Amino acid sequence: MPSTVSDARAVSVQSERQSPDMDPRPRKNNFLAKWAAEFWRPVAFVFALVLLWWLVTAQKWVAPFILPSPQDTLRALSENGTYLAQHTGVTTLETVLGFVIAILLGELVAVLMVYSRSLEKTMYPIILFAQVIPKIAIAPLFVVWLGFGLEPKIWVAVLMAFFPIVVSGMAGLRSVDPEILELTSTMGANPFKTFLKVRLPASLPQLFSGLKVAATLAVTGAVVGEFVGANEGLGYVILQANGNIDTAMLFAALIIMSLLGILLFAIIQIAEWFLVPWQASRRTGGASTNG
Amino acid sequence: MTALLHEKRVTTTQPVVTIENLNITYSTKRSRMTALDGINLNVEQGEFLSIAGPSGCGKSTLLKVVAGLTAATSGQAQLRGQQIKGPRRDIGYVFQRAALLEWRNVRGNILLQAEMRGMDKAKAARRADELIEMTGLGGFEKSFPHELSGGMQQRVSLCRALLHEPDVLLMDEPFGALDALTRERMNIELHRIWRETGTTVILVTHSVAEAVFLANRVVVMSARPGTILETLDVPLGSHRDYAATMEDPDFVRVSARVRELLGASHTAE
Ligand SMILES: Nc1ncnc2c1ncn2[C@@H]1O[C@H](COP(=O)(O)OP(=O)(O)OP(=O)(O)O)[C@@H](O)[C@H]1O
Ligand SMILES: [Mg+2]
Repeated sequence: MPSTVSDARAVSVQSERQSPDMDPRPRKNNFLAKWAAEFWRPVAFVFALVLLWWLVTAQKWVAPFILPSPQDTLRALSENGTYLAQHTGVTTLETVLGFVIAILLGELVAVLMVYSRSLEKTMYPIILFAQVIPKIAIAPLFVVWLGFGLEPKIWVAVLMAFFPIVVSGMAGLRSVDPEILELTSTMGANPFKTFLKVRLPASLPQLFSGLKVAATLAVTGAVVGEFVGANEGLGYVILQANGNIDTAMLFAALIIMSLLGILLFAIIQIAEWFLVPWQASRRTGGASTNG
Repeated sequence: MTALLHEKRVTTTQPVVTIENLNITYSTKRSRMTALDGINLNVEQGEFLSIAGPSGCGKSTLLKVVAGLTAATSGQAQLRGQQIKGPRRDIGYVFQRAALLEWRNVRGNILLQAEMRGMDKAKAARRADELIEMTGLGGFEKSFPHELSGGMQQRVSLCRALLHEPDVLLMDEPFGALDALTRERMNIELHRIWRETGTTVILVTHSVAEAVFLANRVVVMSARPGTILETLDVPLGSHRDYAATMEDPDFVRVSARVRELLGASHTAE
């Protein structure tokens, strides 16, 4: 019977944990091994791709102004180190600020809409409408309104990242077991306490999946903003390189941009491990105790 | 005769729960559905009451009325002589699914009750330790729900429901998801806990053996609309051994009658 089996499992968990304060989560070296096990495939794939890239350019199958060689791209990266670093800094700032504002606004709107049915009915259509307008079409408007500084880029990033945060935030807040809410109402808890101790933590797993999507969109938003009108940032670098038919530089900027997206994604992932440990341990730990 | 005995008890002490002519009607867009019809029920201080009945007859609804989570359409429902108007703080609730917070360990889940109520921290912690000991969860205080078996999760849920020493413990098919053996063990433990705490318990169950083994009285309900078919006294002592009780002629007789009543209103376990 399933329950007796799991009872036995729970007993074995106890015997493994002789000292009461031992952490059930995997140890450090274990952790590194897990990373290696998880990431060797994508790393090998990227390596193979670069190799193919090198082969194609070394054999001169395509012209260098169409596809620069890996070496040329690397040279563009290293020779323009400070130039690229400066513009990367600008784009990073826009992205991060846009993302943070989107999180604050998105979560606030999600909470309001979950708690008030009439607010949801009023705001949701507007938010949906704002979402379906192509952001590239809005970006010039933001430049007209906000000028050529950082603001329009930040707000395009906000606009891009906002929607997935609202949607995942709402879904998360709604995912609470209704019986738990009934239970807290018999505990005489005020709504704020229930929100803080039950609803908000219960919403985190779903919220984080939205944040991961939003993080990558925020990078896109900032660059789209720069395309429309800027004299700094990676979007600007790309436009300049394009104008000079400097494909190596263009590739360099592209690589930095994707690294920026990956970095932001990784930060969210790490934050998730810290803030939603029960989710991670259920995924990995659950499998290992059963197997 | 059972009615007579019952009357006598009512006159000596004030019942904890009093339900008179209770009617619950759910109205949906298309139809109106009477879930409970003309329910009269008293539950005495310290009593263990089991409720059995076919699926959908309104057992959960009845518990929710006592908890103040569902309002009476008509009739009276009182807890400790007070009209039940909104969610009641003086009850403990155990659901079929343990309904634990997965980000809190065993202790944290039990203490949620204390935090929400703003109970004295030290006192609540001491009480939690007692309950953990009493329910055999010792050594698992720091385990998270996904590391526990179904039976252990239900014990945590029970501890949480008992932490604030409620006047009435409401249990809605708490062991329905457990296998037969674990369920038996939980029955024995619940019986002991009931004896040790002296709490008034209302238990909804689909298991006849569980209903009779644990209870002072068993209420058998009919299918929609839910009415009380019969209330049976269980004339067994307050200290019951599981194996011996299963063979006890009174147990066998009452169980047979409950089965008969349930069979008559179709659907059994
Ligand atoms: N919120 C609700 N809205 C409308 N109808 C409801 C609602 N809650 C319960 N009902 C109906 O009331 C009836 C009684 O439901 P209840 O959950 O109390 O039954 P139950 O005896 O606990 O059944 P089970 O043994 O299957 O748990 C059912 O027919 C159900 O469909
Ligand atoms: Mg039910």
